[in-house]
Amino acid sequence: MTIGDQIIPFSPVPDTELSAIAKQLRRDIVTMISTAGSGHPGGSLSAVEIITALYFKIMRHCPSEPGWIERDRFILSKGHAAPALYAALAESGYFPVSELATLRKLGSRLQGHADRTATPGVEMSSGSLGQGLSFGVGTALAAGLNNKKYRVYVLIGGGECNEGQVWEAAMSAYHFKLDNMVAFIDHNELQLDGTNHDIMNIEPLGEKWSAFGWHTIEIDGHNFNEILSSLEEAKNIKGQPTAIVAHTIKGKGISYMENKVEFHGKAPNPEETKKALQELA
Amino acid sequence: MSEIKKASMRDAYGKTLAELSVINKDIVVLDADLSKSTRTNLCADKFPDRFFNVGIAEQNMIGIAAGLAAAGKTVFASSFAVFAPGRCFDQMRLSVAQPSLNVKVVATHGGLTVGEDGASHQAIEDLALASVLPGFHVVVPADAVETAQVIRTAANIYGPFYIRLSRIDLPIVYQNDFQFILGKASLLCQGKDVTIIAIGVMIVAALNAAEQLQSENISCRVLNMSTLKPIDEQAIIAAARETGAIVTAEEHQENGGLGSMVARIVTRNKPVPMSFVAVKDSFGESGKPDELLKKYGLTASDIVREVYSVISRK
Repeated sequence: MTIGDQIIPFSPVPDTELSAIAKQLRRDIVTMISTAGSGHPGGSLSAVEIITALYFKIMRHCPSEPGWIERDRFILSKGHAAPALYAALAESGYFPVSELATLRKLGSRLQGHADRTATPGVEMSSGSLGQGLSFGVGTALAAGLNNKKYRVYVLIGGGECNEGQVWEAAMSAYHFKLDNMVAFIDHNELQLDGTNHDIMNIEPLGEKWSAFGWHTIEIDGHNFNEILSSLEEAKNIKGQPTAIVAHTIKGKGISYMENKVEFHGKAPNPEETKKALQELA
Repeated sequence: MSEIKKASMRDAYGKTLAELSVINKDIVVLDADLSKSTRTNLCADKFPDRFFNVGIAEQNMIGIAAGLAAAGKTVFASSFAVFAPGRCFDQMRLSVAQPSLNVKVVATHGGLTVGEDGASHQAIEDLALASVLPGFHVVVPADAVETAQVIRTAANIYGPFYIRLSRIDLPIVYQNDFQFILGKASLLCQGKDVTIIAIGVMIVAALNAAEQLQSENISCRVLNMSTLKPIDEQAIIAAARETGAIVTAEEHQENGGLGSMVARIVTRNKPVPMSFVAVKDSFGESGKPDELLKKYGLTASDIVREVYSVISRK
């Protein structure tokens, strides 16, 4: 909020509330994708705890002033997980929660993939995989040039690590010693056509990030304690960026979606939606 | 025309960038391991803190440019035209054009006149790629004087730009007091029988063709259409109305280049006979720039031939 010209950043919630918020984001995600009739539930649900921790605990941001110059930046490189981001933005106050029902509809501010020009709080347009980390490097370099203290968080999919540009960007973040940036890899082990292992093996993923010069931490991406402690650790790393390889479950939280590649890019039907919301009650 | 002094567009670019950087503290320059060739090193040497060499990684360069621009910087990102936009079209599309960020992609080594390096290094598709992106300004200066002006203009006007420069030194067409105006064609030669609309390397060929045709009692108007986007529709319509025939000349593929853009406007407003001097759906090869221009039909005599063709169809 703002009082006069003064920015009052979003107040972090107690750790004990994070699980309940994550569950609410999951309900929002399922409901909005079901209402839209299309979208990407699997990779949205796997990222929920990471996004919840960032928007409700870690980042300095101000929902009523999305362009606040001092804000920490979150860049969703895996743009198909936009529903997870939209849920976090709505629940933290960037726009009304009711607007989530407009996802993917003509004229909506909530485009099928993240769109910088459309949605308050969305830092970058994404959806063509591989581009977000480079944008993050530019954002982190600008912090140095502009003498700003903000931190940059980029969320990349595990499958997205197939894209060569990710590694160009990884190389450059280390080269430029960007200790103000963190890359989360939402490593749910599935991509559109099947498992990472079958389609294009990205292992050993943690060792790859280490080899590219990043301080690398491997965590359970659904465990808030591990997410929060890894982010605290990252803040104390100097002279190099931090990669957090978050082991996650695609479709996490909904029994029939978990680890099912079919729900990469398919909306639940009304019956499935009902079941999902019962599980998330 | 052959006696005219030549100058490097690339040097003009680097020097202008360095001059602008003195005053404009928001200018940041990126290069992808070609700074000695693109001449961004002329600026980098003076402002090392605002220069980032990203190595041989053009896709990453454009993404970094977008991130810097989103944080308020005016970013000049340079490479060879085959690599930007050639290697990073998708990044120019989604990271720069769609969010309309303040990134100036300045590519050197456009066209066949790259010469001996051959087909891999001869960008003759770049103008089509850049022009199709919504919101991109696309400019092809004709000489070093215009290059300096175009760079100054790009620094002062918000939004994405693609600017194509040549490797070779080009004859100086403009006096130092020339004032480039974005979106305005510049009239180089007045005439009534036909209009030659040219860009870049082809400007001097167009002027030579006009001189020869004058001696054959054909009066040619010559327009430098250095801004391809937004293109000067009024100048094109006036040329069609007042001269009744148009020949375009460009060091680029015929598909999607200057000729097709001019034809679209002519067709909609005042259809007149047209002809196109351009590369006809082929790749280039190694050779000296003049040899290549001759082999691929990009000379003053090619323009003369096409002028006779359009006049015969009037």
